[in-house]
Amino acid sequence: MQINWLKYASPKTFYPLAGKLIPWFSVGAVLLIAYGLYLGLFIAPTDFQQGEGYRIIFVHVPAAWFSMFLYLLMAAYAAIGLILNAKLSHMMAKAIAPTGAMFTLAALVTGSFWGKPMWGAWWVWDARLTSELILLFLYIGYFSLQSAIDDRNRADKASAVLAIVGAVNVPIIYFSVKWWNTLHQGASVSLTKAPAMAAVMLQGMLIMALGFWCYSIAVILMRVRCEISEREHMRILIEQ
Amino acid sequence: MQWHSIQAFIEMGGYGFYVWSSFGFTFFLMLLELWSLKKRHHAAKRLEAGVA
Repeated sequence: MQINWLKYASPKTFYPLAGKLIPWFSVGAVLLIAYGLYLGLFIAPTDFQQGEGYRIIFVHVPAAWFSMFLYLLMAAYAAIGLILNAKLSHMMAKAIAPTGAMFTLAALVTGSFWGKPMWGAWWVWDARLTSELILLFLYIGYFSLQSAIDDRNRADKASAVLAIVGAVNVPIIYFSVKWWNTLHQGASVSLTKAPAMAAVMLQGMLIMALGFWCYSIAVILMRVRCEISEREHMRILIEQ
Repeated sequence: MQWHSIQAFIEMGGYGFYVWSSFGFTFFLMLLELWSLKKRHHAAKRLEAGVA
């Protein structure tokens, strides 16, 4: 079967497609998160060093992963929008930002709830924590710029440049635990080494991450649909 | 199953406050996001109905 993918680059044809995809990802998110919580809260064993307190990682790590991943995705859409002058790409970038910011805030706050009992402090100016806080400010900067400029095209372009430049911060967050002597622990999961945790802990964390992924897709598609219909409405108003 | 009683599950070996606050806050944020999107979606629908 031949599918004309370019057809879906137009907001008008993407709108109903997004509508069809949302229920699937919503159901996927609910099922995966429920199973991830079951593994994380009931099945995963107690950590020999951190006791039950380590269970925070089942929300903290997936939230932190998606805070970074969604930023890169947003920057990629912003870049495509700038290069191809594609409206839908700018709309996607704008739709990703609030969800990315939400996961960044979740990662920071849950990290704080972990830091207090384990380190004895809610917050330290550690390289990992500081660069993650900068990520939150980048997201906030992105949507402030989007709403500060009245002209839609100019707002899209200016904020796209900010998103792309800010992407430098993501590898800094990711490698901060290697580059600096941080209080934040190093990666327990990496692509090159065997994970330094029990298999069921890892499984629970990965399933929660998949659940957050489905959630993100569903929410971003809902938001891009709102964006499409709002912009369409504005266009009609201006033409009248 | 890791737990012998509901009490132990809630206490989380003394980390209860921190663990439940973390899970609670994360899911609160996600539900807040869904709720605000639902509002925005209805507002967009009303706009559409007004124009047509």
